[in-house]
Amino acid sequence: MSETGGPLAHQFADLAQQREASTLGMWTFLVTEVMFFGGLFAGYAVYRHAFPAEFMAGSRTLDVLLGSVNTVVLICSSLTVVLAVHCAQLGQTRAVNAWIVATMVLGAAFLAIKLVEYGHKWHENLVPGPGFLFEGANETPARLFFGFYFVMTGMHAVHMVVGIGLWAWVLARSMRGLVTPEHHSHVEIVGLYWHFVDIVWIFLFPLLYLLGAHE
Amino acid sequence: MTSQSPSPAPAVHARRENYLTAGYGVKSWLLTTDHKRIALLYLISITLFFMIGGFFAVLMRLELITPAGDLVKAETYNKLFTMHGVIMVFFFLIPSIPATLGNFLVPMMIGAKDLAFPRLNLLSWYLFVLGGVITLWAVISGGVDTGWTFYTPYSSVYANTHVIATALGIFIAGFSSILTGLNFIVTIHKMRAPGLRWSRLPLFIWAMYATSLVITLGTPVLAITIVLVALERLFQIGIFDPALGGDPVLFQHLFWFYSHPAVYIMVLPSMGVVSEIVAAFTRKRPFGYGFIAGSSLAIAVLGFLVWGHHMFVSGQSVYAGLVFSLLSYLVAIPSAVKVFNWTATLYKGSVSLQTPMLYALGFIGLFTIGGLTGLFLACMGLDVHVHDTYFVVAHFHYIMVGGAVMGYLGGIHYWWPKISGRLYPEFLAKLSALILFIGFNLTFFPQFVLGYLGMPRRYHAYADEFAVLNVMSTAGASILGAGYLLPLAYLLWSLKYSKAAEPNPWQATGLEWKTPSPPPKDNFEQTPVVTHESYDYLEGADVATEAQVV
Repeated sequence: MSETGGPLAHQFADLAQQREASTLGMWTFLVTEVMFFGGLFAGYAVYRHAFPAEFMAGSRTLDVLLGSVNTVVLICSSLTVVLAVHCAQLGQTRAVNAWIVATMVLGAAFLAIKLVEYGHKWHENLVPGPGFLFEGANETPARLFFGFYFVMTGMHAVHMVVGIGLWAWVLARSMRGLVTPEHHSHVEIVGLYWHFVDIVWIFLFPLLYLLGAHE
Repeated sequence: MTSQSPSPAPAVHARRENYLTAGYGVKSWLLTTDHKRIALLYLISITLFFMIGGFFAVLMRLELITPAGDLVKAETYNKLFTMHGVIMVFFFLIPSIPATLGNFLVPMMIGAKDLAFPRLNLLSWYLFVLGGVITLWAVISGGVDTGWTFYTPYSSVYANTHVIATALGIFIAGFSSILTGLNFIVTIHKMRAPGLRWSRLPLFIWAMYATSLVITLGTPVLAITIVLVALERLFQIGIFDPALGGDPVLFQHLFWFYSHPAVYIMVLPSMGVVSEIVAAFTRKRPFGYGFIAGSSLAIAVLGFLVWGHHMFVSGQSVYAGLVFSLLSYLVAIPSAVKVFNWTATLYKGSVSLQTPMLYALGFIGLFTIGGLTGLFLACMGLDVHVHDTYFVVAHFHYIMVGGAVMGYLGGIHYWWPKISGRLYPEFLAKLSALILFIGFNLTFFPQFVLGYLGMPRRYHAYADEFAVLNVMSTAGASILGAGYLLPLAYLLWSLKYSKAAEPNPWQATGLEWKTPSPPPKDNFEQTPVVTHESYDYLEGADVATEAQVV
């Protein structure tokens, strides 16, 4: 029974079954996430194919430097996640906590840089809506590019915020001593989620930022 | 034999503890993580939504008694069919069998104590209720008139009704259905009792597994589509707006990528129910077990490749149309495999025509008509003639009401003794199954003719020559309505006044019948060990498993 407070929930026969179930659950959830972002990527592909020049012109307004820095920040955060999982397997609770905090800090740094970028776009009147103004290429399809830019990176940012919240939850559990070598699937499955969100960015970065670099 | 621990037989209590008596009070229900109680929460919620959705249908059929638009205005009629569709599809049909019978039976049929994630299961119900409340708020505060399909640019630019609120409700309810599907997939993979190999699983489990695959793969695409429509309405990002360079047909692609497979979310579970019922009431192993199980998966996969047949007149490429048409024909193969296998199971079986069997036979006949008329619509040339007519309306009601709802009601009757611990009144139940069958056909068969003759759907007024068939349809709808109210009445009645049910009133096989009715909180006194396939009728009912029963 779960009321006993032990790590084994009452519906499972043993810890191995519980662990396999939570891992499969997260993988299944990630499949749904692939489909969710897949819809966006499909839309992006359609319009990029229809308006290649305008998409490139839009892409050139993005800040490749800030985008690259963010890419590095996220890759580092994936590394800290791997280290957190590794230390959890070894039962080094203090190290687990430290790596989780490092991950959260890196995640927050990513979001801060993203906000700075959004601020720039706001001042440049590149946010789709009544005030949208784009000179150079055909304005209407360019608006589509920025529509996708904000929706795709926005959805990604929402996932980052959720991820940081999940890490806070895992951290709280870990500080109560609930992460042990035998039972640390929380660290693992939130890690899976975090890696997935990173991978989404690995696709977004070239599609949005590097597109304009090639002509 | 192979029981795990030969513990002494549990003492027989005069009033044995079961999941219904395991706790009283509102809190024990609203905070429950017991899959059986959550199934009942869902059962109550979707019944309420069914009545609301039915109410809009009643108003529509009343309007259509006469050719003139005399009862409601055209705008009101638009809202009526939209809200009927939205509520029936997203808040009744999609959750119907998975969230009620599936929630109740998946753990029981595989010999588990609960689903893999009981709290997620409860969360799924709360999300469903939240989505439902938001949608109902939209309904009460003025309604929505886009049709349940939310086609752009009407929904994203022009409609002045509560599109965003309705979309938000559907978005949230979508997550409830994703969580249910995810829970089932993990549970079926990881929680099966010892010895319960995939090849021994009940066909209902195969159907729920296939359904869960469709739910988890399709629903997220609907979610992002809804987000895009809402953003389009709020910020004019232009994705679906031709004035801004966008393409409204892209919306149709994304929408039907979910919404066509959604048809299989509705009907696959019913097929699973029918497989169980046909086996139990012919006292035979289903003919071609492997084919029935495999055809569920085949339908789930092929169902994702046919969405373009909704768009033959949308301006999509003729070649795309040809491919979609061909693939749509292919779905008929696994569907027909099921129908032929059920029919073959009847052969030389000792058929007993109890209520669940009446519903199952009704399903087979009505689903066949619905499926065959679907082939008419999958044919590009014919589709142009009947597109957007009552022929389409009749076709999908044969699948969704004649198929999905018949299966749902059949399943509710079949497992009612297990769920409630009470027998339902057999005579009344048979009578209402008959009333439903007659009422359904009288309502919807004339609509095939109306559509073929050219009556378009979604109009509150029509030409005089269609009057007779419309009166027939409305008359049928009133019979159908009575057929729905009757089970509601006698099933509620049976809770208090009917005879208590034995553990296995049908002498059926399957783990859920090896445990008391209603089941104890943890489903089984001890984990069952399975040594045979689920359907073991020839060798007698009790060999399927060594599960110990009180």
